[in-house]
Amino acid sequence: MTAFKRFVEVGRVVLLSNGRKAGRIAVIVDIVDHHRVIVEGPTTGVHRHVASLSQVTLTDISIKDLPRTIGTAALKKAIVKSGVVESWKKTSWAKKLEVRRIRANLTDYDRFKVMRLKKQKRFIVDRQLAAVRKTQSA
Amino acid sequence: MSKVTYKGSLVPGVSRYSRSQRFSKRGLYLIKSKVAGVKKVSQSKEKKPSTKSAVSDLERALNRKPSTLYPAESIPKPKQTRKVHSTATLRSSIKPGTILILLAGRFRGKRVVFLKQLASGLLLVTGPYKVNGVPLRRVNQAYVIATSTSIDISDVKVGKKFDDSYFKREQEEKLKGTEEEFFGNDAKKKETPSHKVADQKVVDSQIIAKIKSDPMLKSYLNASFSLTKGQAPHLMKF
Repeated sequence: MTAFKRFVEVGRVVLLSNGRKAGRIAVIVDIVDHHRVIVEGPTTGVHRHVASLSQVTLTDISIKDLPRTIGTAALKKAIVKSGVVESWKKTSWAKKLEVRRIRANLTDYDRFKVMRLKKQKRFIVDRQLAAVRKTQSA
Repeated sequence: MSKVTYKGSLVPGVSRYSRSQRFSKRGLYLIKSKVAGVKKVSQSKEKKPSTKSAVSDLERALNRKPSTLYPAESIPKPKQTRKVHSTATLRSSIKPGTILILLAGRFRGKRVVFLKQLASGLLLVTGPYKVNGVPLRRVNQAYVIATSTSIDISDVKVGKKFDDSYFKREQEEKLKGTEEEFFGNDAKKKETPSHKVADQKVVDSQIIAKIKSDPMLKSYLNASFSLTKGQAPHLMKF
């Protein structure tokens, strides 16, 4: 058992945390040195480039046995075959980011609707809860 | 740096020519209202119309008497302003039917419906009055947030009578010098004129019919806008 679960390795899926493509995922294709890696995400719109490890976040997902410096076309195939994008979307991390993005893009009227719906939900839940409590105490 | 030249002036505001020079240059002596003795000039012109030679020109130039009347003090002429007041261009996010959030005035925080822009550049808005208490009113577009929400009011008839003069304050009776003015017996409340109440109803009934198409829109317009903790208006979408 090792203490670490996520390694900087070829095939590791990373989340870009900085810059124009922030929020997209890519795959490590090669390792330049201790601080830099070459990443590419042909299905997520990330072109092949050197990224500093301080600008990317490692995820739990990786493509097994990905050869070093794989070409774009082959990488695309490998990504589709392994289904890393789908498994990324399933993680609660990705879901949280998605919700945050949606919330940030809500309009004023949308925010109002959310507020009203939350109120309605709260009303129903509280009512049911009170009814349950009453039966339990009786 | 290129040197700026002013044709008629030494520097802006200071004329190159004295007043009498300008008077003669512009031929103002030919204008009746400026000079009493117009007749003489016209007569002399009639007498010798065809003597247009270099010699006669020179002769005339030499014999021309400069005006003996000069102003004692030269009064500085104010600089001519070239600015023109024009109506403010409507923000592209504001279209008829757009819901606006008022930011200033006694209705600040209210969400209202934009109807049209007036000649003065101010925006004509309505609550509608029945929904949130905001009457037909003019607002400056600088003091509103335009939301992306809008209602289709293309077939709503907003009368042409709603112009800037419609919203002018009516002159009050002056109580100057009377006891009433001094002690301020302001017991009587100003009443909205009945024709304005009727106008409001005509516009509102049309708009409310549109609002009904969306079940939450009415309560949205009724609710007032405010920022909560952690909300930065410049980062939010409206």
